[in-house]
Amino acid sequence: MNPVLEVDRLAVDIRTPAGTVRAVREVSFSVRSGETLALLGESGCGKSMTAQAIVGLLDPVAHVAGGEVRLDGTDVLTLPPAQRRRLAGPGLSIVFQDALTALNPIQTVGAQLAEPFRIHERLSRRAARERAVELMERVGIPEPRARAGAYPHQFSGGMRQRLLIALAVALHPKVLLADEPTTALDVTVQAQIMELLRDLRTEQQTALILITHDLAVVAEQADHVAVMYAGGIVETGRVADVFAKPRHPYTRGLLDSVPGEVARGTNLKSIPGSPPDLHAVPSGCAFRTRCPLATDVCAEQRPPLAEAGQGRMSACHHWKELADD
Amino acid sequence: MLTFLRRRITSSAIPLVVVILGVFCLARLTGDPANLYLPLSATPEMRAEFAARHGFDQPLLVQFGDYLAQVVRLDFGESLRTAEPAATAVLRAFPATLQLAGATMILAILGAVVVGSWAAYRPNSVADRVASFTSTTAASMPDFWFAIMGVLVFAVALGWLPTSGTVGAAAWVLPVLTLLIRPFGVLVQVVRGAMVSALSAPYIKVARSKGAGEVRVVFGHALRNAAPPALTVAGDLTVGLVNGAVVVETIFGWPGIGKLMITSILQRDFAVLQAAVLVTAVTIFALNIVIDACYALLDSRVRQGVTA
Amino acid sequence: MTLVETPAAIAARRTSWWRLLLRDKFACVAVVILLLVAVSAVVGPVLLGDLAVKQNLRAVNRPPFSLDDGWAFALGSDSLGRSVLARLVVASRTTLSVAIPAVLISLVVGSIWGMWAGYHRGRRESVSMRIADVILSFPSLLLAVVVLYVFSPSALNIILVLAIARIPIYLRAARAESAELQSRLFVDAARTFGAKSWAIIARHVAPTVLPTLFTVATLDFCFVMLTESSLSFLGIGIQPPDMSWGLMVAQGRQVLQSAWWIAVFPGLAIVVTTVSATVLASWARLAMDPGQRWRLTLPRSRRKEVKP
Ligand SMILES: Nc1ncnc2c1ncn2[C@@H]1O[C@H](COP(=O)(O)OP(=O)(O)OP(=O)(O)O)[C@@H](O)[C@H]1O
Ligand code: SF4
Ligand SMILES: [Mg+2]
Repeated sequence: MNPVLEVDRLAVDIRTPAGTVRAVREVSFSVRSGETLALLGESGCGKSMTAQAIVGLLDPVAHVAGGEVRLDGTDVLTLPPAQRRRLAGPGLSIVFQDALTALNPIQTVGAQLAEPFRIHERLSRRAARERAVELMERVGIPEPRARAGAYPHQFSGGMRQRLLIALAVALHPKVLLADEPTTALDVTVQAQIMELLRDLRTEQQTALILITHDLAVVAEQADHVAVMYAGGIVETGRVADVFAKPRHPYTRGLLDSVPGEVARGTNLKSIPGSPPDLHAVPSGCAFRTRCPLATDVCAEQRPPLAEAGQGRMSACHHWKELADD
Repeated sequence: MLTFLRRRITSSAIPLVVVILGVFCLARLTGDPANLYLPLSATPEMRAEFAARHGFDQPLLVQFGDYLAQVVRLDFGESLRTAEPAATAVLRAFPATLQLAGATMILAILGAVVVGSWAAYRPNSVADRVASFTSTTAASMPDFWFAIMGVLVFAVALGWLPTSGTVGAAAWVLPVLTLLIRPFGVLVQVVRGAMVSALSAPYIKVARSKGAGEVRVVFGHALRNAAPPALTVAGDLTVGLVNGAVVVETIFGWPGIGKLMITSILQRDFAVLQAAVLVTAVTIFALNIVIDACYALLDSRVRQGVTA
Repeated sequence: MTLVETPAAIAARRTSWWRLLLRDKFACVAVVILLLVAVSAVVGPVLLGDLAVKQNLRAVNRPPFSLDDGWAFALGSDSLGRSVLARLVVASRTTLSVAIPAVLISLVVGSIWGMWAGYHRGRRESVSMRIADVILSFPSLLLAVVVLYVFSPSALNIILVLAIARIPIYLRAARAESAELQSRLFVDAARTFGAKSWAIIARHVAPTVLPTLFTVATLDFCFVMLTESSLSFLGIGIQPPDMSWGLMVAQGRQVLQSAWWIAVFPGLAIVVTTVSATVLASWARLAMDPGQRWRLTLPRSRRKEVKP
C-alpha cells in the first residue's frame, strides 16, 4: 500500500530580528492510512513548525523554503489557496498544541463544531448543528445536546481537547496531525485522550501523525517514529526497532535518559550540553558538539538521512558503530 | 441579563444624579441666580420680583425639592430669547442632533471596521502604514478647522456643497464628515489593534484548519472577537460626539442642541442651557446602558461576570 | 526558546534614549517640531510682540508666500494689515500657556491621587474611581461650556476646567499601575521595615509609574490643546485682544472668501503640533516598555513582523 502522505525534504525559514534562520531542514517522512507515525523531539526542535508547514498554517514570520508535501501523490504546497482550503478538513487536519486557547471564546462550541459541515458540505445551520451534536457524543462529551450551546470557558481542559479532536476528525481526514495533544492535561485525562485518538484512527482509517516529546507515548501508540533534532530528522524506523537498537547517538541518548522523563526545557541527563540556538547550528552534523562519537568528518560533512538497515534510516556518519554494539 | 442591566443602571445613574445636583448648585450657589437667569441689564426691581417668583428666598432644601419637581416635569422655565418654555426649544433641537450624531457614528464605525481590518490583515504593509498615518492625523485634527477647510474647498472654491442648512443630502456631507473625522481616526486605531491581536490568536488558525475562507476568518471569527473593545471605545466616542456637535452645529448652522447651547451661552439664556445640559446628560446615561447591553450580548463572559 | 530571547538580550544592552530616538525618523521630526513650537512660544513674543499687533493699513490682506513686503508678511497679513506669521508665533505662547499648565495640573493631581488610591485599595480606591467615572462620563466641552458660562472665560478658568476634566485619565492609569505594584514583594519589604506609605509611594511606586503617565500626558496634551482651540473658536475661550490659534481661525473665518490664509495657517499649526505630540507619544510608549523597546532597534519595515 502506498503512503497517503509523503513529506519530502521540507524546509521552513523564520524571520527573526537577527536575520532569517532555518527552523526545519530537509525533513522527509511518510505515513500510510491507519498507521501512526510519532514525531519525537525536544522542545524547540521544530516539530510544530513541521506540522504547521504541512497543513499550510505557519505563522506569518515563517514560510516554507523548499520541499514537497504530497497527499495521495499531489503536492499540496503548490496548490492554489482555494483548492488547498478544500483539503483542509477532509484531506489534512490538525489538532493544535494549545488546547486551552484554540477555541473561539465568544462562539458556542456547537457553532464551532458545525462549521466544518457548513463549509465543506454546505449543510443548513440546523443539519450542521445536528452533526456537531453527534460528533460531541462520539468524542465522549456528556449531554452533548445541552452542552452544544455552551461556551469554551465552561469546559474543562480535557473536554476542550476532546472538542478540538472532534473538530479535527469531523470530516474523516485522510491524515490527522496531533501536536502534543496531551501535554496540557493531567495523567488520567491523557490516557483517555490517547485512547480516543487511537479509536478514531482505527474507525476512520486515518493516518495519524503524533507529535510528542514523551517516549512512553511513542512506545505505546505509534507504529513508526521519526526523531527530530535541531530542525532535522535524525532517525526513522519502526518504533520497536528504533527503541530496541537506536542507530543515531541522539536517539540513544534520549532512550538512556529514561526513566528520568524528558521534560520541557530540562537538559537530557545522558547528553551533555543543550540543543543549539538556531542562529548557531554547528557546521556538518548539528549534533556533533554533544555527540560522544563525533569525529572530524562530522564537522565537515552534514550526514544525510540514509538507509541504516532494513526499513530504517539514520543521519549519522557512524551509525554502524552503534549497530555493532 | 436582567440583573446585569439593573446593576449597570444603578451604577451609571450616579453621574446623572451628579449632573442634576451640579446644575442646581451652579444656579443657586454661585452668587445671585438672577445674574444667571436675567439679562445683565435687568433692574433691581426686576431682580427682586424674579427672586420672589422663583422662590430664591426659600431655604436651600425647599429650593432643591422644587427644583427636582421641575426637572421631573421637564419644566426649566422660559427662554429669555423666545419666551417659549426652555424644554420645548431643547426638544425641538434634539432630533436634529440625534440624526447628525447617528449618521456620523454609523459611518464612523463602518468605515473604521473596513479600514482597520484591512490594515490589520497585513500588519506593516503599505496599506497599514497609510491607514496608520491617516488615522493618527484624523484623530488629532481640530474639527472646527477641518470644517472651515471643507467649506473653503467644496463650498467656496468648487461650489459643490452648501455652507449650511439641513435640506438635501449635499447639506449633510460636510457636517457629517467634520463630526466623523476624530472618532473615525481613533476607531481605526482601536479596530486595527484589536484585529491584529484577534487575527494572531490561536482560534484563527483553528478556523483556517477547518478550511474557512478569508472572509469567514476575518469577519466571522476575528471581527467578532475584536468587537467588544472597539465597542467600548465607540461608546466613549459617542459621548464625546457632543463636543463635536457643538462645533459642527455652530459652523454649519445646524439647528441642533449644540448650537442651542452656544447661542444660549452667548445670549445668557440660562433656562435653555440648563435644559439642554440635562437632556444631554440623560441621553448619555441611556446610551451607556445600551452600550453595556450590546457588550454583554456580544460576550457571554461579561454577562456571567466571568473574567477570562 | 533561545531564539526568542535574543531580541530581549539586544534590548538589555541599554541602548541610550538618544540613539533610539535618532533611529526613528518620524519621532525625530516630531521632536524637532515640538521644540520649534516651544522655542517660538518662549522667545517669539519678545521678538515679534509689536509686529503682531502693529496695523499696516497699506498692506491689508496680503496673500502669503511673497516677500514683497518683507519676511514678516511671508504668511500674508490680515484685514488690519497685521502679520499672520508674527501673530502665529505670539499665539503659540497663549496656546501653550493654557495647554501645558492644564496638562501639568491634571498630571500631578491625577497621578498622586491615583497612586494613593491604588496603594491603599479598599474604600479610598473605589470612591476615587467613581469620581473619575462621573467626570469622564460627561463631555468635557460641555463641562467647560457650563463652567465658563458661570465664571468668565479667562485663561485661568480655562486651565482649571481643562485640568479638572482630564484628571480622571491620570487617576485611572496611576491607580491601575500602583495597585499592581502594591502587591509586589519589594513594596511589601519596605512596609515591613516600617516605611511610611508616602515614602513608599515616592520611592518605589512613583518611579515605576511615572514613565507611563508621561506617555499619557503627551497624548493628552493634544486633547487639551484641541479643546482650548475649540473653546476659543466658539468665542468662549481666549478672548481678544489675546491671541490663540483657535481664536485666529475664528477671526479668519469671517474673511474666508477673500483671505483664506488667515484661517488656514493657524489651523495647520494646530494639526502639525498635535500630530507631532501623538507620534512622540506612540514612540515613547514603545520606548518605555522593556518588552517592546527592542522593536525600535529594527528598521521600521521589519518592526511588526516579528512576534515577541
Ligand atoms: N513565532 C515565532 N517567532 C520566532 N521564532 C519562533 C516562532 N515560533 C517558533 N519559533 C522557533 O522555531 C523553533 C521551532 O519551534 P517549534 O514550535 O516547531 O518547536 P517544537 O518542537 O514544537 O517545540 P515544543 O515542544 O515546545 O512545542 C524554535 O526554536 C522556536 O524558538
Ligand atoms: S554524524 Fe558524527 S556527530 Fe553526528 S551524530 Fe553521527 S557521529 Fe555524532
Ligand atoms: Mg510545538
